[in-house]
Amino acid sequence: MISFCGIELTHPIVNASGTFDAIAARRAFGDAVLEDFPFAAFVSKTVTLAPREGNPPPRLWELGAGMINSIGLPNKGLAGYLEHDLPQLAALPVPLIVNVMGSSAEDVATLVEAFGARDEVAALELNVSCPNVRTGLMMGADPAETAALLDAVRPHTAKPIVVKLTPNCTSPADVAAAAEAHGADAVSLINTLRGMAMHPRRPGEPWLGGGTGGVSGPAVRAVALAQVREVRARVRVPVVGMGGVQSGRHARDLLDAGADLVAVGTESFRDPRAGARIAAELQEIDGKSGMIAGAPARDASRVRTRG
Amino acid sequence: MSLAPFGRRRLRVTGRRAIGAYDVLSVADPDGPAPDAGQFAMLAAADGWGGLEDERPFLPRAFSVARRHPDGTLDFVLEDVGPGTERLCALAPGEDVWLVGPLGRGFAPPGEGRRPVLVGGGVGIAPLMIWSDVLGGPTALLGFRDAAHAEGAALLPGARVATDDGSAGHHGLVTELLAEEIGFALRSSQARTSGRRHVEVYACGPPPMLEAVRALCAEHDVPAQLALESGMACGFGACFGCVVPTRDGYVRLCVDGPVLDAAALEEVA
Repeated sequence: MISFCGIELTHPIVNASGTFDAIAARRAFGDAVLEDFPFAAFVSKTVTLAPREGNPPPRLWELGAGMINSIGLPNKGLAGYLEHDLPQLAALPVPLIVNVMGSSAEDVATLVEAFGARDEVAALELNVSCPNVRTGLMMGADPAETAALLDAVRPHTAKPIVVKLTPNCTSPADVAAAAEAHGADAVSLINTLRGMAMHPRRPGEPWLGGGTGGVSGPAVRAVALAQVREVRARVRVPVVGMGGVQSGRHARDLLDAGADLVAVGTESFRDPRAGARIAAELQEIDGKSGMIAGAPARDASRVRTRG
Repeated sequence: MSLAPFGRRRLRVTGRRAIGAYDVLSVADPDGPAPDAGQFAMLAAADGWGGLEDERPFLPRAFSVARRHPDGTLDFVLEDVGPGTERLCALAPGEDVWLVGPLGRGFAPPGEGRRPVLVGGGVGIAPLMIWSDVLGGPTALLGFRDAAHAEGAALLPGARVATDDGSAGHHGLVTELLAEEIGFALRSSQARTSGRRHVEVYACGPPPMLEAVRALCAEHDVPAQLALESGMACGFGACFGCVVPTRDGYVRLCVDGPVLDAAALEEVA
């Protein structure tokens, strides 16, 4: 067992928000999803106060080493989520982390308070890749914005708050430091990198219905490693590392760069049980090199001894 | 609805044969569940998935299950139209694929007293093959670009064929054959007296064809079930990438489809 913000986890592999729908997976695969759940904790899709339909299609573009998505955070809204989704997610055999987003600190505080009050919820994750309607700045792109958000939200729950950092800013490490200083219990990174694809048949037009989207998959792995390492150097709170992880080797690299947990995202699209596979591969790697499974390797000498 | 085993499974390719412009890929899946007609699977080559056009493919591709043989062999109908299908069409017996499935919701049986009519366009013949097996060989109408593609009609023996260029069968659109069929059903006194006056349409093909089928069926108040296609990353509801607009908003084609009731759609975009 490992401990993450006081939450006991059986291994260090979780899912990235929005890349695994446990309810839909149960419709496709049945109760095997519950019996053989691939992640040590389940991170929900982003929930907003009001329902969102999401972006117009097309929503996907394939890359040689990943993809671009422009999904637009479709969700049933707070009330719909509490009524329809939360009771089903309570059946999961692992802790539930609910990811929330709002266009103002008040909206986020409302969401955090509502979910924080539910026994089914172990922790909250804040999606800060959203413009503040008042300032127009992306909350997670600016340390002062992030600090103000944490100040507004922190009093509304005693449960752990994880801040999901965006890579689309000047210094994610500065934002991470501000989040920690203002009460965040952990940070997670990286979110997708903004990107776009041109329409193959209509010159000058973007392919994605939303214009731009988020790049994920192996293409962003090197970026994730660098940002996790930078953030690790600036904060003491736990770090959830993610970005293009496809194997236990990749997970080990992120842990070595300073992550405490590793999230798997796009790879689950290619392999529904990728989380479990990667956890097993990681255990094998760590077993061979004499390390405790999932323990973060902050000691450089241990890092160098691995085979 | 048949549930998929949780996870992808590595399966052996046992055959690939060209039929006109198409390839039928056969994969041994003796331990897999029998799919419902209209369900699909996500396929990727186990090796060499990547490195083609723009270094793709990266994601698996969705294909209707065209047939399941008694020994568990699954047939898929492929047409080489991009890097994913290019790689899959190059697979040889003895190579492996990753498969997740069967997935999605397939066709529902025809309503009481309704005679099924299958309508296919191009590679859209695939889900109609397994459905035809279930229904015992109902009337089938198939549209193709030209004679080379129309050779694919051999996969659904007895089907009436239309081609865009008139090089095989009826010169024109498959929906013209469907209009005849519906008109006949409505006029036929024999059909009326036998209680088989009404038809139910099952269609799969390119969006313009499906839209024409939808509009025709709506006009004549004929129920229709349409097997749609949309780019998918995962096939099991995780990515939210495959949505199509319906009268009730966007639905994920992978878990709420791929077969949708035509009445649920404003139009097929």
